[in-house]
Amino acid sequence: MNQRSIRRLTLFMLLAPFLLWIALLIVLPHAGIFTLSLREKVAPLVYTVGPGNYLDFFREPIYWNTLLRTASFSVLVTALTFLVGFPIAYYIAKIAGRRARGALFLGCLIPLWVSDLVRAYGWMILLRETGVVSSFLQWTGIVSVPVELLYNDATVVVGLVYTVVLFMIVPLVSTLDGMDNSLIEAGYNLGGNGLTVMRRIVIPYAMPGIVAGSIVVFMLTAGSYLTPILLGGKNSMWFTEQIYEQFITRFNWESGAAFGILLLLFTSLTVWLGLRLSGQSLASTVARNEA
Amino acid sequence: MRKFKVLAVLATLAVATTTTPAAADTLRLLTWGSYAPENVIEMFKNETGIEVEVTFSNNEEMISKLRATGGGGFDLAQPSHDRIHAAQLEYNIYRPMDLSKIDTSAYDPSLLAAVKANTTIDGEVYSVPHFWGTSGLVVNKAKAPDLESFADLCDPQYEGRVSMRLKRTILIGMGYAMGEDPFGAYGDIAEYERIINAAAEKLIACKANVKTYWTGGDDLSNLLRSGEIVASDAWDGTAFKLNTENPDINFRPPSHGAMGWIDTFTLPRKSKAEEAAYQWINFVMRPDIAKMMSSHSGYVTAHKDGGDLTSDQLKASFSDAFSNDDVANIKWFANIPPGLEDIEGKVLERIKAAQ
Amino acid sequence: MAAIHDLECRGVRKRFGAFVAVDGVSFGIPSGSFFSILGPSGCGKTTLLRMIAGFEEPSEGDILIKGRSVLSLAPNRRNVKLVFQHLALFPMMNVAENIAYGLRCKGVARGEIARRTADVLERVGLPHAGSKDIGQLSGGQKQRIAIARCMVLDPDVLLLDEPLGALDLKLREQMKIELKMLQSQFGTTFVYITHDQSEALVMSDRVAVMNHGRFEQVGAPRELYHDPVTAFVAGFVGDSNRWPGRVLDRDPAGVRVETDSGLTLAACEAGGVLRRGDAVEVFVRPESISVTGAQATDATDATDGSGEHNRQAGRIEGTLFNGANSRILVRTSTGEQVEADLPQRGPDIGFENGAPVVLAWERTGSKCFARAGEDPAG
Repeated sequence: MNQRSIRRLTLFMLLAPFLLWIALLIVLPHAGIFTLSLREKVAPLVYTVGPGNYLDFFREPIYWNTLLRTASFSVLVTALTFLVGFPIAYYIAKIAGRRARGALFLGCLIPLWVSDLVRAYGWMILLRETGVVSSFLQWTGIVSVPVELLYNDATVVVGLVYTVVLFMIVPLVSTLDGMDNSLIEAGYNLGGNGLTVMRRIVIPYAMPGIVAGSIVVFMLTAGSYLTPILLGGKNSMWFTEQIYEQFITRFNWESGAAFGILLLLFTSLTVWLGLRLSGQSLASTVARNEA
Repeated sequence: MRKFKVLAVLATLAVATTTTPAAADTLRLLTWGSYAPENVIEMFKNETGIEVEVTFSNNEEMISKLRATGGGGFDLAQPSHDRIHAAQLEYNIYRPMDLSKIDTSAYDPSLLAAVKANTTIDGEVYSVPHFWGTSGLVVNKAKAPDLESFADLCDPQYEGRVSMRLKRTILIGMGYAMGEDPFGAYGDIAEYERIINAAAEKLIACKANVKTYWTGGDDLSNLLRSGEIVASDAWDGTAFKLNTENPDINFRPPSHGAMGWIDTFTLPRKSKAEEAAYQWINFVMRPDIAKMMSSHSGYVTAHKDGGDLTSDQLKASFSDAFSNDDVANIKWFANIPPGLEDIEGKVLERIKAAQ
Repeated sequence: MAAIHDLECRGVRKRFGAFVAVDGVSFGIPSGSFFSILGPSGCGKTTLLRMIAGFEEPSEGDILIKGRSVLSLAPNRRNVKLVFQHLALFPMMNVAENIAYGLRCKGVARGEIARRTADVLERVGLPHAGSKDIGQLSGGQKQRIAIARCMVLDPDVLLLDEPLGALDLKLREQMKIELKMLQSQFGTTFVYITHDQSEALVMSDRVAVMNHGRFEQVGAPRELYHDPVTAFVAGFVGDSNRWPGRVLDRDPAGVRVETDSGLTLAACEAGGVLRRGDAVEVFVRPESISVTGAQATDATDATDGSGEHNRQAGRIEGTLFNGANSRILVRTSTGEQVEADLPQRGPDIGFENGAPVVLAWERTGSKCFARAGEDPAG
């Protein structure tokens, strides 16, 4: 073997795990799901090829309502996550001392050490009618009868924000950490007040981190399953649940596959729109072109 | 080149280890939440040397899991008697049973006959019974003394104080409560659709009564135990177990008849430990084991002395709940014709989505 | 009553825990001058600057701008603008937006902003740079934009925090002149912080030399260079030969000092009265020393520290060629190493290594200070 072919082989060997991962775990399953989604179930054991499963989605208001509901709640959760996460990230990156920073970061990580399910049950123990919060409120005399804090949309939103906030904090801390403090001081020195500095300097600077965090949070939220189901109760309609129902309860894999593809397309579209509106590109959220 | 050989061997090994057949001393059991108590598994291992790996599931998931693998991944499953025929015809996920490997004399003849009748395809039997039970109501007598039928779950006085499991049972139960005969309409899809649609309308109208839809036995138990709800549709075994904790809570066979089901033993088509599966089936039907399992699950086994092979508490709860008339009035689930689940699923989605 | 100063500090002190970063600094800067604060890193000059800008609060003392105390004013309310060490241009805005930022904060009308932005860009010599991104500018251009961004707001005082530090040598030399020109063109008071004495000397009207949180001396560059009042200033400003020694005796014109290696010098007291036996340091600037060739024989006799003039014989050890600033290194017969300017004209002397020379300088060329840490009175 000559030098060149060895180099090529090395490159191939280095890339192989990545290519295998992409091909086996991403491309192949999606291709399979897509093929499945084009199969129409006419009767038991009788199938034809066609877009029927997709048409069903648009014909049945329950489906697209659920998708729109999921998307709008995901956007809301993303916005709230930003509002909650930004001050925390700013505090960690710009205000806290070296020591406190590590502790705070760890504190944000701790919820991730338990599974989604355990976290959801934790919320249920806290918020159910006979739960900790309700009992506490009665004890303090703020309310006289038990209050049910579970099984509504607000609880789902709170639970989701709690679950995903770390994924907003991490990219924000890393962009804010890279921001020279003198930019903030210059903002004040040139006459800006706290709000102006935040709005015109800190936030524009942190935009790549904000967008990166938002994409991750939005995707995680739109694709979450346990939290909306367990905390949402009787009215919780989340699109992932719809997909689960198609696959499991109705044995309708074909339409479940179509829904999966639709969720993928819809979330990608939302992310694309978000990037356009914020004037960012996917590349700039990954790496900043510094002056 | 030697490096590549080593790599190739390693890769083959890696693939090989992940796909080796489960060793014959492991039984992968796909079953319901309370059907495989730890102590029974321990005893089985001590006697046979076979390890039991348990996966908890429900009827719909069992079918979906086996469908996804063409009947692989598990060595023994426990679907209900009415969910086997259609699933086998449509997805071919089970294999026939060799009844000669099973001590059929231990079974209650009528239950065995009923399951055989339901699960015979082309002259071959696919299942034997294990537990049987009914679906009906669980009621806190102190708080809802007059709640007697599925229709009463919609009584406005219980607003926000009842729960349901959003599966086919609630549709069928409500159908009976409305004076219809859903099982009788199985053969007539249009008629059946009319009945469950009417039931769905009723369920949507009384959604305000529902605190939340329960999804598992523990879920339901917590809701009742804490007093957050006063009644729900339920499996009798779950209700009997709650009765031992709180005498006010017990199963109540609805006035329109409890709905009876038999959970079976059925072999997945790609079962890799068929012998171990037969050993397990025979083991759990031994009188001493049957009694342990029954006390644990709250259900009666298909053993011919099933009613006796259980705890005294369970016997007491059972006789507190069921009169002889109630037993005679049990409506047994009939085999579901293919395609019914799809129709029901869509109706259930509508109920869930309704505001 | 003196005229109102653009910037005045009165007894400003800043403590960080037990550490005193700025230790009772007082000064006033007259309108329109270029004032530098020169000191080694860690001397407290940046802390002083940050107190003036409002980013730190003094522990004691008062800061006045145009005669009014600004201690109660937030940084964004003080009409003192700061050019940061790394300039702190906003990378997400283009040049015009960077300049307009302060005007927008002030609520200036849109048309007015455009006019003033264009105007200031013109004045810093970058009339067409408005639409450029910060990343497209060269180091010197960034410098000018950073100044323009402040000057467009018409500040009472412009603070500059070592803004030339990041530039390469050639550009730094050029920017020194440019900064000086910009200052006189705008007529604004500049306060320039640096550890580079040549920046301070070249540009400033007045320079304060700062050490350990205190001002050692404030004066025109010429004064600092020629008449340092402390050993620190003598050592920090310009180059000097520096010898530790002791006072041998006093005479009406000054003192005679013996250095630790045994050289006897006539010197003058620059930092206060000295007594016999005081530990001192003597500073002699290379350009005060004249070098002449000598026969090896008179070289030994030439050594003389008794009169008004110092004469020392020695041999050349090396030449440091640097054009007009070339120097030679001479080892005296007592073993001291002396750096002296290489004569540019005069008799052609063979300044080869090992050649004998005679060094001579006036008594006033030897500045003598009590050694740091040893009180002359003690």
